[in-house]
Amino acid sequence: MTISNSGIATPSAQRAGMPLLHKVIFLVLLAFLVVLPFLVYPVFAMKLMCFALFAAAFNLLLGFGGLLSFGHAAFFGSASYVAAHAAKVWGLTPELAVLSGTVAAAFLGLVIGALAIRRQGIYFAMVTLAFAQMVYFVALQAQFTGGEDGIQSVPRGALFGLISLRDNISLYFFVLAVTFGGILMLYRIVHSPFGQVLHAIRENEPRAISLGYNVNRYKLMVFTLSATFSGLAGATKAQVFQLASLTDVHWTMSGEVVLMTLLGGMGTVFGPLVGAAIIVTMQNYLATFGAWVTVIQGVIFVIGVMLFREGVVGVIARWIKRPL
Amino acid sequence: MLRKLALGTALGALAAGGALAQDIDVKLGVLNDRSGVYADLSGEGSVVAARMAVEDFKAAEKGLNVEVISADHQNKPDVGSNIARQWYDQDGVDVIVDVPTSSVALAVAQITADKNKIFLASGPGSTELTREQCQPTTIHWTYDTAALANGTGKAVTDAGGEKWFFLTADYAFGHSLEENTARVVKENGGEVVGSVDVPFPATDFSSFLLQAQSSGADVIGLANAGGDTINAIKQASEFGITQAGQKLAGLLIFINDIHALGAQTAQGLQMTSAFYWDTNDATRDWSARFEEQMDKKPSMVHAGVYSAVMDFLAAVEATGTTDGDQVAAWMKQNPYEDALMGKVQVRGDGRAVHDMYLFEVKTPEESEGEWDLLKQVSTIPGDQAFLPMLDECDFTKE
Repeated sequence: MTISNSGIATPSAQRAGMPLLHKVIFLVLLAFLVVLPFLVYPVFAMKLMCFALFAAAFNLLLGFGGLLSFGHAAFFGSASYVAAHAAKVWGLTPELAVLSGTVAAAFLGLVIGALAIRRQGIYFAMVTLAFAQMVYFVALQAQFTGGEDGIQSVPRGALFGLISLRDNISLYFFVLAVTFGGILMLYRIVHSPFGQVLHAIRENEPRAISLGYNVNRYKLMVFTLSATFSGLAGATKAQVFQLASLTDVHWTMSGEVVLMTLLGGMGTVFGPLVGAAIIVTMQNYLATFGAWVTVIQGVIFVIGVMLFREGVVGVIARWIKRPL
Repeated sequence: MLRKLALGTALGALAAGGALAQDIDVKLGVLNDRSGVYADLSGEGSVVAARMAVEDFKAAEKGLNVEVISADHQNKPDVGSNIARQWYDQDGVDVIVDVPTSSVALAVAQITADKNKIFLASGPGSTELTREQCQPTTIHWTYDTAALANGTGKAVTDAGGEKWFFLTADYAFGHSLEENTARVVKENGGEVVGSVDVPFPATDFSSFLLQAQSSGADVIGLANAGGDTINAIKQASEFGITQAGQKLAGLLIFINDIHALGAQTAQGLQMTSAFYWDTNDATRDWSARFEEQMDKKPSMVHAGVYSAVMDFLAAVEATGTTDGDQVAAWMKQNPYEDALMGKVQVRGDGRAVHDMYLFEVKTPEESEGEWDLLKQVSTIPGDQAFLPMLDECDFTKE
């Protein structure tokens, strides 16, 4: 029963806080991320972290909440539009721009979530997809989004109005703080009593209801939280690339995040990070192969589904018999 | 590194006979869509065109060590801007070429100006590149949507197509295309009898085409692009609209689209282009060379890449540098001419002004081969084809 157990700490580990293994991995990851901008191109590293956070937020809903949303681009994209607009037109500082994007995504998540959680399974996925398409339509038509041109030339600005983020390295550490903080918060949520209830609902919803839990409230909360962190990722990405565009709200973005999560390992803590790293790295380094990028991506996904259905990290977790 | 440099210098010196050895390294990055909807129009063909330009310029003999690299931006602005930044910051790229998809092009234009490099835009159509979001080191070479709309709108109205009906893709791009064309139509004594907004993207145009058919218009203007245009043309053919005497005017359509549709379906369609392979001997020769490598005829985007790279290399040779501001200034001062694009003058805002041509798609009886698709109807002089320059975008005046 490793699968149902994976990704969730045992009660004893819970009491002792974060298990040692996870602590070590997080520390190694942090150390790695601190030196990363000196090894690879910083903008690429920032993109990677934004998508890692996005996938982790998505995984909160799919892996721990058991809800497959096919419309997460709506939160990612709307946050990136709002953040870009806030920084460019309202002239807000980066941290406030990111915050306003995140708040917008949270609000949107609350509204869409309240309607979507009334249905389950494929119907739930379709409802979220439908709402995401509506958000796409708004992004295409609204005045402030710039239609198919998107919002361009977003200023990177100065953190708290003091520290200039024009330099790639200083922006990198801002992004590192935001995304790593976000991922740690997600970890905390998953391993809280709230996370345990989610686990119970995912495994057996009628039993959770019979135990007296208001299942719909939990589902709405996890949906909103997932949307919020997706928004945080999208808003940060708008700062990194200085633009917000239709790509961010397009349904393919919703598909990509599903791919990242499944490839890395659904329901694991580190899986989405690995999955995001694989996909973003491929898109980046295979760009010179042109049309082959999508083909290679497809082949890797097929191999993933055929050979390790639990995802890269899921398989490793099974080998070492520890939840990761 | 030193050895490579010494070797390069030695070779350069040998080639130039010791006369002059400028020895400037130039790295061209062709950034475009190599897997999606614009891959046919730009894609690998643009890389081939850029290489042909380097070859024809005899860059090596002139002391320029030119290297051409390429990448796929997948029509995503974040992927494109990531590659552009990496190319400039790490890979020593001096100029980015092509870049279809306006959202990616606008992002690249901004980054290019920040890094003081050159952006030779051949693929994108957005007029924003030289208007609201103009940048000092962007050279918008081949076409823009206003030139296509202007050209087709004016020429078709002049040729007697006075009553227009628009099928408009219902988003910003479609509306601006309709607006631009409608203005030109009215200025030239035509009238707009109606228009209908078609949801984007659309596959079923039947009810909209029936409206257009019953409107009594002479011309149906297709203010859309890509798959929408192709679907509209196919269905118009099925409805027998062109056979019944109404003309279709494509406001953003390329030779590749016509080739895909075939003369049977697209016959009678009017469209504007900056280049057609079968114009004269020089374009036929050049296109034959292109076809040897690509197995298809070049689009105007390919021809534009070739010309723009030629002009850019001339600027680098003349100024002895790849500095963005200096090269852009030289290109704006010195007119350029070749067989593909004719006389070209780059304006202060970076808009390359040259003649455009109105074409009509041949009927299957007229067409003598797979690529024998267009006949020229008229020439649109450059000063009438493009929008006038905005004063605040004139980077040549200080």
